[in-house]
Amino acid sequence: MQYEATIGLEVHVQLKTRSKMFCGCSTGFGAEPNTHVCPVCLGYPGAMPVMNGEAIKLTVITGLMLGCEISEYSKFDRKSYFYPDMPKNYQISQYDKPLCDGGTVDIDIDGETRSIGLTRIHLEEDVAKNMHFHDSSGVDFNRAGVPLMEVVSDPDMHSPEEAYAYLQALRQSVLYAGVSDCNLEEGNMRCDVNVSVAPAGSSTLGTKAEIKNMNTFKGVLNALKYEIARQIDEIESGGEIVQETRRWDPDRNVTSSMRTKEDAHDYRYFPEPDLMPVVLSIDQVSEWRAALPESPRGRRVRLVEEYGLPGYDAGVLVADKSIADFFEAAARKCGNAKAVSNLIMTEVLRLLSESEKELADVPITPEALAGLVGLLDAKTLNSNTAKEVLGILFEEGGDPKVIVEKKGLTQVSDSGVIDGFVAQAIAENPKSVADFNSGKEAAIQFLVGQVMRMSRGKANPQMVAQLLRDKLT
Amino acid sequence: MNEPGRTDTDSIDVAYVAHLARLQLTPEETTTFQEQLEQVVGYVRKIDELDVTGIEPTAHAVQVENVFREDKVKPGLERDRVLENAPSCIQEQFQVPKIVE
Repeated sequence: MQYEATIGLEVHVQLKTRSKMFCGCSTGFGAEPNTHVCPVCLGYPGAMPVMNGEAIKLTVITGLMLGCEISEYSKFDRKSYFYPDMPKNYQISQYDKPLCDGGTVDIDIDGETRSIGLTRIHLEEDVAKNMHFHDSSGVDFNRAGVPLMEVVSDPDMHSPEEAYAYLQALRQSVLYAGVSDCNLEEGNMRCDVNVSVAPAGSSTLGTKAEIKNMNTFKGVLNALKYEIARQIDEIESGGEIVQETRRWDPDRNVTSSMRTKEDAHDYRYFPEPDLMPVVLSIDQVSEWRAALPESPRGRRVRLVEEYGLPGYDAGVLVADKSIADFFEAAARKCGNAKAVSNLIMTEVLRLLSESEKELADVPITPEALAGLVGLLDAKTLNSNTAKEVLGILFEEGGDPKVIVEKKGLTQVSDSGVIDGFVAQAIAENPKSVADFNSGKEAAIQFLVGQVMRMSRGKANPQMVAQLLRDKLT
Repeated sequence: MNEPGRTDTDSIDVAYVAHLARLQLTPEETTTFQEQLEQVVGYVRKIDELDVTGIEPTAHAVQVENVFREDKVKPGLERDRVLENAPSCIQEQFQVPKIVE
């Protein structure tokens, strides 16, 4: 039988505020345990929360970027549960009046664009971090109270690949909105996955499992692949899916049961009496809407129109905002957008992925890349030596002109010099010469290679090929 | 559908509510609290007698909204003082019984 999976994602995004959601403690990452704490985020009795207005604004900006309806009236509620990560025994969250309703995230899958529906976006406080020791656990409250925005999708995805594309597209939008660093290593984006399977074409959904607290996109992809296959196997072998929470084990590549729905939480939500409602005026929302940053999709269209790039190039560049910014800065400087795009797509992205670095971590500047393209256009460099210079810019930074002079990389277009090499190559490789003369066109490439080697990569390859042809015919 | 812990009748599932609050009650206490809580709820239910048609629900008695704080970092508490309140500590953290998931 054919089965169809249905997937919904709840993504928690840590907002880029300086201070916590309800107190003035720092949100800085990596501090010594329990150094960013106060009576409010430690949950002392009687301590009163006060809302961080910036967190409200960043959530609404995200909602506007994703086409949500912004609630005129919104409020906070207490979600009650007992766990060492939350000493108040309730988390301040939003229950029935979230800041944003609806919205969509557009994804590209199998060459088509699909709109994944959103249910809502609400704001809540993060909880403390638990560390596990040999026979006890420790609680660090630095993260407790950091503003977390929860983006809840509709059960609108049907394959692990769609879920993966959704996460990437959501991250892109959030980064473009400038509301979060979305640093996965620092836990800025965490995700709960809901998944069920049912016979294809069935009008009812199967019983779902929830996989909690995923912090890598690859993890979500692999966990879904495993979990969907597991559920289908279970049904095929006559078993029944129980509604439960499961944990993903990335080392063993399996999910395993954490708890079944029998002892599921009853959160007893009720309005947070210590916080007054948020009422957003139309003027305020319009002002934020007018100042919205460009969306990734909008930028892709613009890069095609403004710089004449192929759609493919634009898509690659836009995927990472810092790369697209870098491209535009360099393209404006040198005026040869396609050449800049080529160097970024082939060389810069390769170097970044090989060194596992972000653009912000390396010293190359857009001005330097523009300068390099200028040297290529002026035929001062050939593509080989340009790559070499780019490697140096990537590692050490600097001005490409200075590097070219210092390393003596200026392309040799002096036919007198190249002539000598050409004569030598012909003398040393009689077989290739004979091959070429007997019609083997490819043999000339070998001879060009020999000349390039003799010139230590600096000869103008077009000129070498031309001179060889002149000599051989 | 009823919310968990509530039934069609006026009765409260005291055992369930006690479990949620992590309270251990003897059977006698359960009976006592059953009566007392039903009285409390019965009293509050008087509000049902009012006609509230057309009145927006509210969680507050005063009309105040949008109480915001500027996004500014303020120093918190000294760690030593914070950890003085912990029954025990491990590596500058509050020590709790091992959490098994």
